[in-house]
Amino acid sequence: MTAASGPAAAGELLDAGTAAVAAAVRAGEITATEVLEEALERVRRHEESLHCFNLVMADEAARAAEAVDTAVAAGRDPGRLAGVPVALKDNLCTNGIPTTCSSKILEGWRPPYDATVVTRLREAGAIAIGKTNLDEFAMGSSTENSAFGPTHNPWDLSRVPGGSSGGTSAAVAAGLVPVGLGSDTGGSIRQPASLCGVVGIKPTYGLVSRYGLIAFASSLDQIGTFAPRVADAALALEVIAGHDPADSTSFDRPAPSLLESLGAGVEGVRIGVIDDFLDDVAPSSAKAADDAAEALASAGAKVERVSIPEMLLGLPAYYIIAPAEASSNLARYDGVRYGLRVDGPDVETMNARTRAAGFGREVRRRVMIGTYALSAGYYDAYYGQAQRARTLVIRAFAAAYERFDVLLSPTTPSAAFAFGAKTENPIEMYLSDLCTIPSDLSGDPAVSVPFALDPDGLPVGVQVLAPALGEPLMLQVAAAVEAAAPPSVRGPVTPGGHHG
Amino acid sequence: MRDGYEMVIGLEVHCELSTATKLFCGSPNTFGVEPNTNICPVCLGLPGSLPVLNRRAVELAMRIGEALNCTIKRSIFHRKNYFYPDMPKDYQISQYDEPINVDGHLDLPDGTTIGIVRAHIEEDTGKTSHIGGSGGRIHGADRSLVDYNRAGVPLVEIVSAPDIRSAADARAYVSELRGILVATGASDGRMEEGSIRIDANVSVRPVGSDELGTRCEVKNLNSFRSLVRAIEYEAERQAELLVSGASVTQETRHWDENAGRTHPLRSKEEAYDYRYFPEPDLVPLVPDASLLEAARESAGMMPAARRLRLAELTGAEPVSDPIQTVIALDLDELVVAAAALGADAPLALTRAANDVAARAEAATALEPSAFAALVRLESAGSLSATQAKTVLAELIESGGNADPADVARRLGFEALPSSELDAFVDEVIAANPSEWGRYLSGDPKVGQFLLGQVMRATKGRANGKLVAEAFAARRR
Repeated sequence: MTAASGPAAAGELLDAGTAAVAAAVRAGEITATEVLEEALERVRRHEESLHCFNLVMADEAARAAEAVDTAVAAGRDPGRLAGVPVALKDNLCTNGIPTTCSSKILEGWRPPYDATVVTRLREAGAIAIGKTNLDEFAMGSSTENSAFGPTHNPWDLSRVPGGSSGGTSAAVAAGLVPVGLGSDTGGSIRQPASLCGVVGIKPTYGLVSRYGLIAFASSLDQIGTFAPRVADAALALEVIAGHDPADSTSFDRPAPSLLESLGAGVEGVRIGVIDDFLDDVAPSSAKAADDAAEALASAGAKVERVSIPEMLLGLPAYYIIAPAEASSNLARYDGVRYGLRVDGPDVETMNARTRAAGFGREVRRRVMIGTYALSAGYYDAYYGQAQRARTLVIRAFAAAYERFDVLLSPTTPSAAFAFGAKTENPIEMYLSDLCTIPSDLSGDPAVSVPFALDPDGLPVGVQVLAPALGEPLMLQVAAAVEAAAPPSVRGPVTPGGHHG
Repeated sequence: MRDGYEMVIGLEVHCELSTATKLFCGSPNTFGVEPNTNICPVCLGLPGSLPVLNRRAVELAMRIGEALNCTIKRSIFHRKNYFYPDMPKDYQISQYDEPINVDGHLDLPDGTTIGIVRAHIEEDTGKTSHIGGSGGRIHGADRSLVDYNRAGVPLVEIVSAPDIRSAADARAYVSELRGILVATGASDGRMEEGSIRIDANVSVRPVGSDELGTRCEVKNLNSFRSLVRAIEYEAERQAELLVSGASVTQETRHWDENAGRTHPLRSKEEAYDYRYFPEPDLVPLVPDASLLEAARESAGMMPAARRLRLAELTGAEPVSDPIQTVIALDLDELVVAAAALGADAPLALTRAANDVAARAEAATALEPSAFAALVRLESAGSLSATQAKTVLAELIESGGNADPADVARRLGFEALPSSELDAFVDEVIAANPSEWGRYLSGDPKVGQFLLGQVMRATKGRANGKLVAEAFAARRR
């Protein structure tokens, strides 16, 4: 890296990735302010066609960048992500800054606190530049359920970026930011990562604090990272991971180092390729997983095919458990204390009118499914049965991880689809998460790595899965998958144009 | 209770725990502050916030379980879902089918054993006030105000078995339970501040029946007086229905203290479906050995032990009225301290149970040394009983820290010189010749009458003991 500065240098750095930006800012080769200006310029250039952001935090970001530059000038260490522009999914609370979950129901609400991950990013010197679009309350696989309009896939503007973390995924894929945060409840990080040609990590449940993540389904929600490359997604995950006393479900132990072993290869690593999704995925998705497996085998891994039929219990169990928890988590949006209120003659009518006006169709559908599933007389047949299925999935994974160090599968049944292709049939849309849901139910980590292009030239990801807290080896394997893939399969790409 | 019927009562007692902070956050747990000041993102249920269990609350809940002879076990929290504006999350975090304490019992002072089904941990709700409209209810109100200071305050709900058979036993149960809750340090015992709140499940059945009748849950019982009155009213109401051939409808009823009656709140048949499910934001609560040990060791003196201590000190029966009254009002320390300062213990008990108890609220400031000095003045004959009561009342009203001898002097309560006493005694004998005759022939009752006459004549300044001695001297 030269000591040259200015927009060209900042642009090169943004494309070179998170670690490169931080290194240059820490070394004083470029200022955080210059990097930020370039990122904001890219947002200005592409936001109209992409719609990644619900809100761009230009002023707050400028102040944060100045603080980093002041620290560097004073000889203080501004942190591991110094000056790195970051996109935050708009279900992560930001102190004093609107946080909407892409829902009308949170209209006008400003959280009085930062999510723990936001605090950790800030303390590491990262610059939050905006709140990204999502399916309302993270319920969806295309961002088409956003109350503020969908986000477009930078590889093909007529297609969805996936979801629910589509805004972050598209922003990273378009090179607007080198790294971003999303959340994964049923695949909401890995599926859009796959559709946008970037890396998306869903960590072990409990590795990253959920404090300040607006809940969709609390037993499943987990925050994770997006970046074009495995190493940068891992670096950001290292920064946000670790115990938080404010989240009772966070692991009370030091977070593992993720970067050390990234280059260690896969010699002798036992990898199982899951066969059970093959009937439900497009040939290009299946082929990507097969080719990745072959590449890993030639790199020295012991690769075997494995059938885990319980994986197919995941989807139906998920669509009971997640709506059940959501029906309770979303009860608080009642018009009494904050957000939208539609008045009525009495409090029940006010509650009902507010919720009818504030929630979109998919959210209302899931609240109703969840309410029904938990109702007296139905609880055991639905929620109880789903919990038993979840236990079977957990046990099946545990058994598989006795034979294998990691598992491999397609991330999604298909590459990015066109707007409207699945909006009329919710089940079709739900199937987008077929391969990603099981590891949410088990709480285990998984990562999607861009590996191939489908016949339409759209990126296709491959999923690497590992047992709880198996992130170091999982990412080591993911790095090997990445190494075997041509650069043309991943972002950043020029929105609407072709790979740069 | 109407002849041929008996009451069957089970009580649910909600006890606010005396913790410094709330059950799931760091907001202060204090009563009586400006509305909506003891709040934070967690107890307001703001989006993204998460609960973290208060270890101290768990410790106190375990102490309660230990004191009520419960089995203390691994427990989990559930969400109880229903919409109400005083619930910030529109669900309450509560323990449901796996509570921390189960299967205990509490022995009443008379030896009756009342089963304890469970004593579980839950969070309190906020408080609504309804402005305008009728009767302070939400429906028809012009507007409603909500104070979330109480939202998230830790509660332990203690559920008794339906083992209670009278309003008096219900009272004795709550009184004993309150003493235990105070002794464990779990509660300040202030019913008037809502620290202890009671719901009563009341049913009636023919005497001799083993079956339980249809029950009603009576809410809003926040004093011993309303507890007793409400149970008596409700049992009588149900018995009347049965006698007339009608049946009791299972429902929740509200006690109206002013009207002295219960009225229906909502019918159980159309009760909310609470859609309980395990709270995913919390992990199971496993009582570790150190917590259990702390729960066993740190309890204070239980009511039964307090009764025994007073009985040994004063010679009164442990379950006598004075001792029960003194314990119920937490005045036993005062009696014990006064006795240690040389006051006559039986007399101290009498004064505490009658005269201090009558002013229990103001008497919290009464200094044991002042109280002891007063009792000493009375037993030495320097003050008559009537004078001592007046001085004690004055002492309490004036802040509880004056010298009773000064108070007596200010009130003009010099003891009557014995030379003057003789004149009054002779005067009373002369004015009541027939009573004096009966006294001389050994009628003990008339002695009290004559004593009263002397007291009236001396305006209470005479010492009763000396008067009795004067009568006895004239008899010989």
